[in-house]
Amino acid sequence: MDWMPAIARWIHFLAGITWIGLLYYFNFVQMAALKDAAADGTAAGISKHVAPRALLWFRWSAVVTWLAGAALLGANISDAFLLRNGYEAIGLGAWLGTIMLFNVWVLIWPNQQKILGMVPADDTAKAKARRVAMLASRTNVMLSIPMLFFMANGLSHRAVLGF
Amino acid sequence: MKNPLESVAGTIISGVILTVVLVVFLKNFLVAGV
Repeated sequence: MDWMPAIARWIHFLAGITWIGLLYYFNFVQMAALKDAAADGTAAGISKHVAPRALLWFRWSAVVTWLAGAALLGANISDAFLLRNGYEAIGLGAWLGTIMLFNVWVLIWPNQQKILGMVPADDTAKAKARRVAMLASRTNVMLSIPMLFFMANGLSHRAVLGF
Repeated sequence: MKNPLESVAGTIISGVILTVVLVVFLKNFLVAGV
């Protein structure tokens, strides 16, 4: 047995659950909780102690997920990204995941650093950062829905789905 | 029109619609005739 795909798939799942689980936590729990917490003056507990830790796991699990996915595709990675030779569906999943990784590191994380005071920013810059980070995060939730469909079915359910 | 990404429900509905669009795109343009 070739252990590499099995190990890569295992790590891909573990890291992917961590990444998307935290993405859903941010969008379904923390955003609403922060609004309520700001109203009663307890938001610092979340923004100081919870958000930085969650973001650490979030951004690095995204990297591990992508690398394990690339390892899993192996020599077929070019077929996947070029959407050809039977790798069209999993390739769409790979593209969606790659766009999401870009959003994490280029849009969400730099703006969260401003919001959380890790890098200097005035109130105007913080307000803009909050808006960009929120929309990028929501975009990733939206993209995660087709991404998971194509990841789950892209290779194993081709015959059933007709592709 | 309100941005659907402003709400969790709008985001999820957008994701489901995007899934359907991509499946149709895949079946009709990427693997048509396979």
